[in-house]
Amino acid sequence: MTVNEKELAERVIRISGVNTKKCMKCGKCSGTCPSFEEMEYHPHQFVSMVEKGQIKKLMESKSIWTCLSCFACIERCPRSVEPAKLIEAVRVCVIRQQGENHLKANAVPEKLDENMPQQAIVSAFRKYSK
Amino acid sequence: MQKIGVFVCWCGSNIAGTVDVERVAQAVANEPGVVISTDYQYMCSEAGQLKIRQAIKEYGLTGIVVCSCSPRMHEATFRKTAQAAGLNPYMVEIANIREQCSWIHKDKDEGTEKAIILAKAAIAKLHLNTPLKAGESAVTKRALVIGGGIAGIQTALDIADAGYEVDIVEKSPTIGGKMAQLDKTFPTLDCAACILTPKMVDASAHEKINLFTYSEVEGVSGFVGNFKVKIRKKARHVKADLCTGCGVCTEKCPSRKAPNEFNQGLNKRGAIYIPFAQAIPNVPVIDTEYCVKMKTGKCGLCATVCPSKAIDFEQQDEIVEREYGAIVAATGYKLINLDNFEEFGYAQNKDVITSLELERLMNAAGPTKGTLLRPSDNEHPHEIVFIQCVGSRDVSGCGKPYCSKICCMYTAKHAMMIRDKYPDTKVHVFYIDVRTPGKNFDEFYRRAVEEYGVDYIKGMVGKVVEKDGKLLVQGSDLIANEQIKIEADLVVLATAIEPDPSVKNLATMLTASIDTNNFLTEAHAKLRPVESPTAGVFLSGVCQGPKDVPETVAQASAAAAKVIGLLAKDKLTCNPCVANSNELLCNGCSQCANVCPYGAIEYINKEVNDHGKREVRRIALVNEAVCQGCGACTVTCPSGAMDLKGFTTRQIMAEVDAICK
Repeated sequence: MTVNEKELAERVIRISGVNTKKCMKCGKCSGTCPSFEEMEYHPHQFVSMVEKGQIKKLMESKSIWTCLSCFACIERCPRSVEPAKLIEAVRVCVIRQQGENHLKANAVPEKLDENMPQQAIVSAFRKYSK
Repeated sequence: MQKIGVFVCWCGSNIAGTVDVERVAQAVANEPGVVISTDYQYMCSEAGQLKIRQAIKEYGLTGIVVCSCSPRMHEATFRKTAQAAGLNPYMVEIANIREQCSWIHKDKDEGTEKAIILAKAAIAKLHLNTPLKAGESAVTKRALVIGGGIAGIQTALDIADAGYEVDIVEKSPTIGGKMAQLDKTFPTLDCAACILTPKMVDASAHEKINLFTYSEVEGVSGFVGNFKVKIRKKARHVKADLCTGCGVCTEKCPSRKAPNEFNQGLNKRGAIYIPFAQAIPNVPVIDTEYCVKMKTGKCGLCATVCPSKAIDFEQQDEIVEREYGAIVAATGYKLINLDNFEEFGYAQNKDVITSLELERLMNAAGPTKGTLLRPSDNEHPHEIVFIQCVGSRDVSGCGKPYCSKICCMYTAKHAMMIRDKYPDTKVHVFYIDVRTPGKNFDEFYRRAVEEYGVDYIKGMVGKVVEKDGKLLVQGSDLIANEQIKIEADLVVLATAIEPDPSVKNLATMLTASIDTNNFLTEAHAKLRPVESPTAGVFLSGVCQGPKDVPETVAQASAAAAKVIGLLAKDKLTCNPCVANSNELLCNGCSQCANVCPYGAIEYINKEVNDHGKREVRRIALVNEAVCQGCGACTVTCPSGAMDLKGFTTRQIMAEVDAICK
């Protein structure tokens, strides 16, 4: 782990507030994830990769954008590890680096679909507007 | 003035490595009253004890201070040493210079300074020590076992075989407990009923064992050797002395709506019922909630058909009071409620079942007569998914933080038995870890995989949803790094176990402590595993922590051995370091009785002579046999009337003064 990577890992831990050591590697997060097939790195891998400090790989991965932020992994984790918070923290690291949001608030109304659940809209804001 | 000897122990290098023992001995040599101060390599050794005994005689010591390890370790040893040399054993003080000095300090000067201070404090206290004499109390030679499962039965049989009377109190209508519900037992796969029912018969036929089934403990008073227990015998509405157990009433009962508890609610039973064929006693019970006669007054068919006129709709609960020398808790377990695990769809899908339900579905005496049929449509399941750790090892608040211990083995058993009986059935097991320590246990699990072709998947199931009559199981396979979906016919949840809820109330009655998971606490996790911290209360089976049948039986016999050891005594020596109340200072406020965790304090009206003024006052009286010397009353008493022998306020203050000097 280079110094830079160590810093990144610490930042992800700080932003997310997650203690990766609580993970008992049961895989319930990945068993529950509705977006599993679209992800290169799966929720349980996020936890162990953050623990190992492999943040750059995660930042470059499409996985952080395919996570739906549905929080099913958080809801069902028996150890309260909260993998979705880690994924969000990695996203935040990327967004801050780029200095801009993926989604402009003004562009939201035209994208709205009236069948879209409220929770998904809130999740989208959380995901793209940091 | 006391004549005091100080003996400083090196404990090899345990103490001497970090504390300058010679300096300690020298530093206290000139303390008031000290006539000899010396050090030695191992004070607890025979040679070390001889040194102490010789010094007591040579210098005519009236008390000794041993600077050594924790008093929990060797206080008893040195008290015996003192007694052997003619000293009162309570004229011994221990200064703990190991756990409190050498083990926690790295700097030798610091450790030594502290050791000297602790030694001085012990000397200061010893000056105020008085010889104490332990009292005695008689032992009632009968034991009470609460819970009639395999744990309770085994404990009772062992105690009874030693020649002591035992009562078993069981809250359900029959003894047998959870083991009676099991189909086969691992790792040898013998039928549970075949090995349990002979024990049940032995227990009921034993002349020293008295069964109180369909009964509950309602109150406990007294103390070790002398417990008084109130037992509520719930009304069966069947006269046990007349009933022949013919079962005609249970066949004729027209009410068939009650869920059959013995079959985990998988089928229904009548309102008058015998839980299972080999139930002991073989006497039915009327379930008043479902009995038509009890609810509407119309019916009474059972009474009409009973050939021995044993039905009694008017029967009332009966309270029995019995005395015991020892009490064993063997209250067992239940499965946790699965409401917090909606992802597995237990409440929505009939074909998502618990492992205990599967036991009944595979049991020849179960609702399907031993043929494995899924509950929804009575069809053979061809693909079965087992999910391990449902609610176990869960710190999210939904389940239990501990490992339930038995699930890995019974799941391997279930998987193996299904593959053996129905080779065309695919069996998958989702596991987090497979934990199979125990004699022939891991071999058993490997047989399931290697010989029976059970598909073990390292991962956890995320959700189970019903789709076109199938159960769609979505889970992870961490080894393959895949998410897998299985269309199963039956899903079996290895549900976490928890102590039977009755244990909470019981613990309060027994003043026995329970942990955050409601398991009864043992007196020492390693060295006193079957004793509760409350004297005379013992633990048997899962009420103390998750365990399987072989472990339960071993612990049950261990608890019995402890009970026999207690009942074999005619008299018990009490702890003399107990509270006593100064009747002239006591103002009768009851605060001490309120805080006493052992119920050792009662109030009496007594005539006292207060400086020539005679009057009847309400004062506290400590039962010395019950008091455990915890000191809660002494710090609560607002008037300073309560004091603890051996640890009086003056003694404690002398220690504090010595430390602060």
